[in-house]
Amino acid sequence: MSDRARVIGWAILATLLLALPLYVTSGRWIDFIELTLFVAVMGQGWNILGGYGGQYSFGHALFFGTAAYLQALLQFRYGLSPWIAMWFALAGSILVASFVGYLSFRYGLRGSYFALITLAFAEAFHVLARSFISITEGGRGVQLALNQDPERAVATFQFNFADDFLKAYGFYYTMVAIMALAYAATWWMERSRFGAQLVAVRENEDAAQALGIDAFRVKMGAICLSAAIMALAGIYYVQKFLFIDPGIAYGPSKSVEALFAPIIGGLGTVLGPLVGALFIQGVGEIAKEFIGMFWQDRPGVDLILFGIVLVLVLGFLPRGLVGLIEDAWRRLVPRAGGDA
Amino acid sequence: MLEVHSLSKTFGGLKAVEDVDLRVGEGEIVSLIGPNGAGKTTLFAMISGFLGPDRGSVLYLGRELAGQRPHQICQWGVVRTFQVVQPFANLSVRENIAVGAHTRIRARSEAMERAGVIARQLGMGAMLDQPAGALTVAGRKRLELARALATEPRLLLLDEVMAGLTPTEVAEVVELVRDIRASGITIFLIEHVMQAVMSLSDRTYVLNQGRLIAEGTPAEIAVTPEVIEAYLGHGAAARFAVQRGGHA
Repeated sequence: MSDRARVIGWAILATLLLALPLYVTSGRWIDFIELTLFVAVMGQGWNILGGYGGQYSFGHALFFGTAAYLQALLQFRYGLSPWIAMWFALAGSILVASFVGYLSFRYGLRGSYFALITLAFAEAFHVLARSFISITEGGRGVQLALNQDPERAVATFQFNFADDFLKAYGFYYTMVAIMALAYAATWWMERSRFGAQLVAVRENEDAAQALGIDAFRVKMGAICLSAAIMALAGIYYVQKFLFIDPGIAYGPSKSVEALFAPIIGGLGTVLGPLVGALFIQGVGEIAKEFIGMFWQDRPGVDLILFGIVLVLVLGFLPRGLVGLIEDAWRRLVPRAGGDA
Repeated sequence: MLEVHSLSKTFGGLKAVEDVDLRVGEGEIVSLIGPNGAGKTTLFAMISGFLGPDRGSVLYLGRELAGQRPHQICQWGVVRTFQVVQPFANLSVRENIAVGAHTRIRARSEAMERAGVIARQLGMGAMLDQPAGALTVAGRKRLELARALATEPRLLLLDEVMAGLTPTEVAEVVELVRDIRASGITIFLIEHVMQAVMSLSDRTYVLNQGRLIAEGTPAEIAVTPEVIEAYLGHGAAARFAVQRGGHA
């Protein structure tokens, strides 16, 4: 596809998302799409480091959770405005990312070693969040006070008692905005020197260094950008649910969700995490419905299904669903191969 | 331009490079030859920052390179190619070369354009959109060269860019190397293909078991007894001398 075709595609997608409330009125569907975008944003965060940079993290919850906890605690303990807290949440997450990145990349940890380091850090923070009860409230979690004053809905970044529109769509549009930011950043990265150097490091670190690339700096940049996007998801989560606990923040489920979407959708592509998130959420819902029909509710069955899909994708679709779509597109429009 | 002083590197008990002194002048083509395992690639790795030397110094235009990191050395204008080619296999030829061009050029579009120019100079214009992983051996060797050139070096370290090529391809690369020198780039090369070494080099250094054993023009080197012994075994030079005497 040419660049122009891509721009048109993104414009159509943006319009569809912005206008969604006009043609989707069911709250359940809005929730479904909002959740899909949430997964797509975390997936893009992971994709920047894992897909473009080739550094597979198994602990991206670390960046999600750190931002979420800061966002919650700064309001809970110090009464900070959420609009101010979010900058600290963002900065805190990037700080943790720089620390983990420095340790791993300075000492040249790659592949499974890097995966284990990130996993270990996420688990360590999980335990810390549980045990530093005087700061984090421990396993009980942090529950933010509900604002019931419609006047202060925007000031408190809580839409439960806001006017009808904000109440119904406030967080949906928040999510759309976050996604726009994350995907625009990735789009920019793909067309920048930074992106080219990051991909070069993924493909062959020695060759990249021989050609003048500071691999350490490039990887540090990637992990920070990656963490910033995870942080946005964490800030959103806290404002939407007004609650965070160690399991949600640092448990393995967020880490796994973040890496599923881009791997299934297509590593190192802008669209991959979104396609993957749609697939995961769609198939997950359908699977739950069907299995529920025959064998009642069996929590976790969808995860088994994802496991199978993941193995199949890794084995047969190294470029993910996006690769599959591109191949099909090329077969349908033979000329398109030329200007891809 | 490049001055190496008593450079040494030991791996465990093995003295890979021992007390090597050499010099490459601006605009020269200097070659480094020697049997397998002589330490040639180790020497290159120390000059380009991939290995830290145990002792000695590497001065380039008065700057100390020993202890610097590879990317810094490349930015100063010294770039190496790899004996075992290291393409970015999933990227196109153009994208591969653009990575090198980005060392001097920030804008993506400009770097991609520059990559096209360099590829055409090296006769790779037709392969620009092919993935690097699909290239032939000759193509990959040429890509190594193209990427290195794209960083706009002043000193080019070529590690066996002709190994594995057919005689015709070798002749083409020899021409290319001459063109590169003509454009003002100094060249220091490791090579096993003697035909190329003989026709290209202004001067040649011979390395054996980590030590320099000879230095001179290719013609001088070819008749140095130590060099013949290094390649053909102990006593070979004497036997040749006897044979020559006998036939005379």
